[in-house]
Amino acid sequence: MPPTVVHTLAELPMGQRCILDHLELPEDIARRLMELGFLPGNEVIPARRAPGGGPRIFRVDGSEVALRHETAARVFIRRDPESDLVVLP
Amino acid sequence: MSSCHGGAPRTNLLPNPAIPLPRAAHDHPIIVAIVGPPNSGKSTLFNRLTGLRQKVANFPGVTVEHRMGKAKLKDEQEVFLVDLPGVYSLHPRAEDEQVTHDVLKGERPDFPKPDAVILILDSTNLGRNLVLAAPILSLGMPTLILLNMADDLALRGGKVDVAALSAELNSPVALVSATKGTGIDRVQQFLLATAAKLSTVALPRVELPVLQDVPKCRQWAAKLGVRASYKAPSPPLWTRRLDTVFLHPIAGPVIFAAVVIAVFQSIFSWAQPAMEGLKQAVAASGHWMTSVLPDTPFRSLLIDGVWSGVGAVVVFLPQILLLFLFIGILEDSGYLARAALIADRTMAKFGLQGKSFIPLLSSYACAVPAVMATRVIENKRDRIATIMIAPLMTCSARLPVYTLLIAAFVPNIPILRGVLYLPAATMLSLYVLGFLAALFTARMLKSTILKSQRSSFVLEMPPYRWPTLRSLALRLIDRAKIFLTRAGTVILLVAISIWVLAHLPLQHGKTPPLEHSYAGMVGKGVEPAIKPLGFNWKIGIGLITSLAAREVIVGTLGTIYGIEGDEPSEGLQKAVRKDLSPAGAVALLIFFAFAMQCFSTIAIVKRETGGWKWPIFQFSYMLALAYSGSWIAYRLASHFLT
Repeated sequence: MPPTVVHTLAELPMGQRCILDHLELPEDIARRLMELGFLPGNEVIPARRAPGGGPRIFRVDGSEVALRHETAARVFIRRDPESDLVVLP
Repeated sequence: MSSCHGGAPRTNLLPNPAIPLPRAAHDHPIIVAIVGPPNSGKSTLFNRLTGLRQKVANFPGVTVEHRMGKAKLKDEQEVFLVDLPGVYSLHPRAEDEQVTHDVLKGERPDFPKPDAVILILDSTNLGRNLVLAAPILSLGMPTLILLNMADDLALRGGKVDVAALSAELNSPVALVSATKGTGIDRVQQFLLATAAKLSTVALPRVELPVLQDVPKCRQWAAKLGVRASYKAPSPPLWTRRLDTVFLHPIAGPVIFAAVVIAVFQSIFSWAQPAMEGLKQAVAASGHWMTSVLPDTPFRSLLIDGVWSGVGAVVVFLPQILLLFLFIGILEDSGYLARAALIADRTMAKFGLQGKSFIPLLSSYACAVPAVMATRVIENKRDRIATIMIAPLMTCSARLPVYTLLIAAFVPNIPILRGVLYLPAATMLSLYVLGFLAALFTARMLKSTILKSQRSSFVLEMPPYRWPTLRSLALRLIDRAKIFLTRAGTVILLVAISIWVLAHLPLQHGKTPPLEHSYAGMVGKGVEPAIKPLGFNWKIGIGLITSLAAREVIVGTLGTIYGIEGDEPSEGLQKAVRKDLSPAGAVALLIFFAFAMQCFSTIAIVKRETGGWKWPIFQFSYMLALAYSGSWIAYRLASHFLT
């Protein structure tokens, strides 16, 4: 599969591992996200989508956190150099 | 259990049990604060330590709820525990965190500085949870660190060297399971030591981050994790399996709907025997008292006023407890977070977000805790919109009214091939009606006076857990206490006043017919206003008293008919049927669905929104909605129900 250029968490396909780069969000939301594990350098995987296309659940720092599309679109990522599609249980 | 778990850390902190503890602590009570991130098991631990010796309160001036309770120690000593709001950090940003911060620093004039802290963390995600240890340990207070969910950690193959962590932090650390009670003796020891003023403070060996921002604290926590040989457990497989089902594109929403329907159906079928039993007990004891007591006005007050008034409301206790039981199960099991996720898309259409779903669901039980639960919503305008619509959701105080009217007017016939019975279906549609009115109101508010940018929705999905009997039982006892207190105060007072007003003024030294009593005059006074809705003056008396609280109308009608009924055994349902046409009953149901008849809610909205503006707006809006809604319903129903 040819690697596509992905910039934000919102564009990341399900099960694709990535490394978080930075957040471009208002301070209070950014802080809450960081407290939940969305820190630069941490690994993030989109794991599940709410039924009917609502927010997505991301696996990050040992827990699962739901974010809406527009929030995920402000979370910038870089590809994990050894990234592969992770098979989700 | 991991083999490295053992060897009580820092035994020098423990009082020698052979030495009697000094009693010097009695000049001021010993207070220990329980702190931890959300979902770390704070409340479970608190409940385990305090049992029934606890009460919910709010910090004066702010609306952050906390629980205070007494823990009884072995030596008859008592330590006060305070369960502070769950926080991820001590950065004073949100109201909750500000309170936790100020209490721990001793900066609240109305609350004494705690003597020690119990920091409870989720051991299955220790890396992230330890982040909170940095600001807490920086406070320089004696701190016990509990690594909770030890059973889960062991089961999923995780490990941590407690002794090493304790040595690094220079504070006692223990692996516990708050639900099972394992390791709790360690907490008792800590509390004893604190009571004896033997707990000491020492700074952690791993230097605390100077600048306590999240990345720095997380790095510090990671370093600690390595030194304590923390091995993270394997992922929670069952949670993932369950999510595959509960969040399935098709099965998820179907299960969601099924859960809601099952809850309502069972409230009506399961609670029925208990309610019948209570009803008969109230009636039988009334008869018994009538036969024993001499025929005096006092007997009439006691039986017709108090007994039928309060009794009419008390019979609803089983139903209300059952509803709280279901909400408790949904909340404790972790399903509620999934429900919020499923609801987010729909809520977004109405200008709200998934987090509004949690307070809205609690308002099915009671709007008061629901309004307080809106604190999870960070966006101010979203929060006010949620507060505005919460009382439109069908709270448990409406249940007595709905049940009475439905039982009196709706025949018990099966519909949809016996899946539902008509009474349950009627009840369900009233719930739907309230819900739709709430969504409509939200949409309207959010596109006019509460317009804001689409807000964010950030929600952690907790692992699924079995709700414990203990925590559910404590909730129910709490609720039963509140309900019975209300029955014993507000409703009792109204029942007595109604009895008095219905017996005065005396005519030729005798009590007047109800119509000519003060109560009757008031009812007659409002009759012109409510006649277009199909209500007569007796219902009018009930409506006026129900301004205090919705269920009061049942007590009032109980009192009125208790006085009026020639046949004392005449049931309330039968009596209501005489006074209300079927169309009037429909209108009354609609009125109760929309009107804001609850002093407690008005008070809490005033406090939460910081003024009279919003509660006044809310009250007027809901009254207008109720009046016009029941007028339309009466017209339509008169047309069809004849």
